Amino acid sequence: MANQIDRDQVQHVASLAKLEVNDAQLDYFTDQLDQTIGLFETLSAVDTTNVPATSSVTDQLNTMREDVADNWGEQAALLKNAPETQDDYIKVPAIIDESEAN
Amino acid sequence: MTYLNQDLADLHQALSDKKMSATELTQDTLANIKKMDSEVDAFLTLNEEAALAQAKQLDDQGIDKDNPLAGIPVAIKDNIMTNGLRTTAASRMLENFTPIYSATVVNKLANLDAITIGKTNMDEFAMGGSTETSAFKTTKNAWDHTKVPGGSSGGSAAAVASGEVLAALGSDTGGSIRQPAAFNGVVGMKPTYGRVSRWGLIAFGSSLDQIGVLTRGVKDNATYLSAISGHDIHDMTSSTNDVPNFAAGLDESASVKGMKIGLPKEFLGDGVAEDVKQAILNAAETYRQLGATVEEVSLPHNEFGVAAYYIISSSEASSNLQRFDGIRYGFRADDVKTLDDVYVKTRTQGFGDEVKRRIMLGTFSLSAGFYDAYFKKAAQVRTLMIQDFKAILKDYDMILGPVAPTTAYDLGSEVSDPMTMYMNDILTVPVNLVGLPGMSVPAGFSQGLPVGMQLIGRPFDEGTLYKAAYTFEQNTDFHLKTPKVGGQN
Amino acid sequence: MNFVTTIGLEVHVELKTNSKIFSPSPVEFGDDPNANTNVIDWGYPGVLPTTNKGVVESGIMAALALHATVTPDEHFDRKNYFYPDNPKAYQITQAETPIGHDGWIEVEVDGQTKKIGIEEMHIEEDAGKNSHFGNYSLVDLNRQGTPLIEIVSKPDIASPDEAYAYLEALRQRIQFTGISDVKMEEGSMRVDVNISIRPLGSDTYGTKVELKNLNSFNYVRKGLAYEEKRQQQVLMSGGRIQQETRRYDEATGTTILMRVKEGADDYRYFPEPDLPALHIGDDWIQELAATMPEMPGKRRDRYVKDMGLTDYDAMVLTQTKEMSDFFDETVAQGADAKMASNYLQGDVNAFLNDNHVDLQQTDLTPAHLAGMIRLISDGTISTKMAKKVFKAITKGEDPKEYAEKNDLVQISDPAVLQPIIDDILANNAQSIEDFKNGKDRAVGFLVGQIMKQTHGKADPKVVNQLLMASLKQQ
Repeated sequence: MANQIDRDQVQHVASLAKLEVNDAQLDYFTDQLDQTIGLFETLSAVDTTNVPATSSVTDQLNTMREDVADNWGEQAALLKNAPETQDDYIKVPAIIDESEAN
Repeated sequence: MTYLNQDLADLHQALSDKKMSATELTQDTLANIKKMDSEVDAFLTLNEEAALAQAKQLDDQGIDKDNPLAGIPVAIKDNIMTNGLRTTAASRMLENFTPIYSATVVNKLANLDAITIGKTNMDEFAMGGSTETSAFKTTKNAWDHTKVPGGSSGGSAAAVASGEVLAALGSDTGGSIRQPAAFNGVVGMKPTYGRVSRWGLIAFGSSLDQIGVLTRGVKDNATYLSAISGHDIHDMTSSTNDVPNFAAGLDESASVKGMKIGLPKEFLGDGVAEDVKQAILNAAETYRQLGATVEEVSLPHNEFGVAAYYIISSSEASSNLQRFDGIRYGFRADDVKTLDDVYVKTRTQGFGDEVKRRIMLGTFSLSAGFYDAYFKKAAQVRTLMIQDFKAILKDYDMILGPVAPTTAYDLGSEVSDPMTMYMNDILTVPVNLVGLPGMSVPAGFSQGLPVGMQLIGRPFDEGTLYKAAYTFEQNTDFHLKTPKVGGQN
Repeated sequence: MNFVTTIGLEVHVELKTNSKIFSPSPVEFGDDPNANTNVIDWGYPGVLPTTNKGVVESGIMAALALHATVTPDEHFDRKNYFYPDNPKAYQITQAETPIGHDGWIEVEVDGQTKKIGIEEMHIEEDAGKNSHFGNYSLVDLNRQGTPLIEIVSKPDIASPDEAYAYLEALRQRIQFTGISDVKMEEGSMRVDVNISIRPLGSDTYGTKVELKNLNSFNYVRKGLAYEEKRQQQVLMSGGRIQQETRRYDEATGTTILMRVKEGADDYRYFPEPDLPALHIGDDWIQELAATMPEMPGKRRDRYVKDMGLTDYDAMVLTQTKEMSDFFDETVAQGADAKMASNYLQGDVNAFLNDNHVDLQQTDLTPAHLAGMIRLISDGTISTKMAKKVFKAITKGEDPKEYAEKNDLVQISDPAVLQPIIDDILANNAQSIEDFKNGKDRAVGFLVGQIMKQTHGKADPKVVNQLLMASLKQQ
């Protein structure tokens, strides 16, 4: 094992991604992620000093939409596809977070 | 109805001359798919009722003689939105999801009276190279049912190769059109990034994804690509470049005389199987004989492509797939008491292992303390790779190489070994990172399995690739071979 | 022990556009839940955002109004977090290349002017709205995608009063650009506050405490004042400030601990691949600068220097762009500046307060107000008559037509008034005698008689002049 990532880190990453990894799977995922991140590490051999990062290869620049409102009338279809709704709202179990108190 | 010995022009002629009705063609196509698919398992959903209704309507109004796609069934990869027709991305997460809008490519085809016949199997959310990460079924290679069809557009490739349809749409994030096309001996085009609108394509790696076409013949491929290309107000990354009629000029006049072709030495390295290498060297020789120059060139950063690709694609995927949370559509886990249950149980039960691996890799690559070492580094390496390709394509009209290091491998042999699976993408992922058009063309056989060659062109110069592919096709007979029904060659 | 206070303000301003920042859905409030949403707002599989040009232009205008440098090469970034009102589980914002940076505004506290720096401002999408009911919550995505500009102050704010003055000045400048209503009570302006203190002479900032539930500028000031004192007491009694979020309680004026923060959130920002980059060239900036309304500071200077108003008048008139525009237009229509200022601060303000309306919601126009003021200035009507005319112009009536129709025309013509005066004097010999004997009361009596005779329409100024002249000739 290359030890690029340990079980605790895998658990942390899983929780950020809202995934549950049980104890039985933890070793399995840790081992696989570790190997792959080992592969990622090979990039450190590349000299990227002063090389800009590329985050998109589109040929478009300043492509924008005019500020014109257009209601596509999808409310009913959207609500119909939702697992749970009430009075045209989407319904979820209680959000318990005091930062929402205001 | 099998499409093994058909092309678009013949079918269009038959429909225009009323030798065959669109309804008959659709019925026959559906019947053949049902028969073939008991073995091939290329389709996840058939669009039976709507397809027949559309065919009938077309018969009533008559086939437009100037519209080469009218009345001809086409298959759509199941990560492309089809309004009213179940779209799953081969994931439990969307097992019962019915879109309320269509992808731009689907609308464009519908406006040209093409008939959506059904949705093809794929790796879950397009993550995989064998279609085995599909949550629903295992698609077989058209030439050998014990082999993988490749992926992630494995269903589209197998459907075309086995004669179920003439053409299928696929998507390509790191080789997902070209590699299954190669494994199944069909033509697969991944266009320039921005050539085709991504509106309605379930995003995997947003800066890499492109929709493209798989067909048996080069010219048909070109016709379909012209039909689905162009700027779309819904996709601001789609190019405002003009869309040529790619099929025009694909006739006796087509030639590669004077064309300069680069053959990167890194594409024929140790990891590439001998039989594949030989097929590519043979193809190079064919091109020389047809009047082109083929010279060795170098892509010095190619070996870093896989690492850069998996960092970038997984990072983008980790963000793109966060919307699958069980709140607004799609799967929601049972027995959820708290909001966190909705998130965690839904996502843990809804995603397969490969998708989870990629989400975790991407989340890790973007997380505090690792961003610079992984995501940013990969984005910088991407810049260097763009420079490598630019330098070659300044002097050469296109690049030639293999699509995959091997021919199709055994079902079940790699799916649990991500590292081997990822390294197999070394020849295709660079093209997505740099955003160029890349194409897979049948170029040989080895032990009964097809070998594909890859042609890589300048930005928005799919035309040159089609011309070179067409000339090659007309001067070789690989495309004339057909798999035996039942998959044993 | 003396302490230095450092306050940071993050102000979210809702931009007044027709459509959302990344989807063409209308930006409207008060409609049915989810009525103004589409597949983009719901984060459907396969959807893509589209950049609203109007939002980018609003952002550039905000940068100009706040003396910030517009970033020439920009892109959007994704901020990743799960929440029911955040459908994609990422917010599209600008983390790396904010639309503007290094701005400042001037504030006045206790008669001292101070420049407060603005770190950066960026455009981003708002989230939907959650409402909570016992064991479930309901999500309305109408607000999802509403354009916001977030303005982050530099750590220059050193007191609750400065924070108040900063917010007031910021609100005013943004309001004058016209890109937002900037009303806290309507949620088009929201303020996140943090405060830390450190002993005088220390050069490291103290631990930041965040304050929530500050729903007016006043509560911001009060909450900060309470918190400043609380932190001082903690430190003086040997305690330690912990990184926490506290809630301001309006009833008691205190702050109450909500939660202690452990480490930083990990939002995994990265460049948004679905949107092409923006290049904002000088041409574009100049074009927008040319359309920018005059800022309040410049207007105040103009009012004082060119129009001779007092500093106080200039300040009141520039509270809102609507009031200031109304004033400018009234003067442009020929009204005396001082009178226009008095009427706007007096009768107009009282009218607005009595009817709980904004200036732009009334039928009152600058042309009509100017018309009325001109009638007063040229002596056509008296200020007393003007009370009636004012009522009429608030209902949209033309002042001149109204005055004429209702015979509200002052008699100022000496040729008309002199015979009446002569007549009165002829009939009041005793009053003339009294005047000669120095009894001033007699003048009042005579004026009264003249006004009675003219049914109150005589111009008192002209009557006075004519009467005094006539008396002296007697």
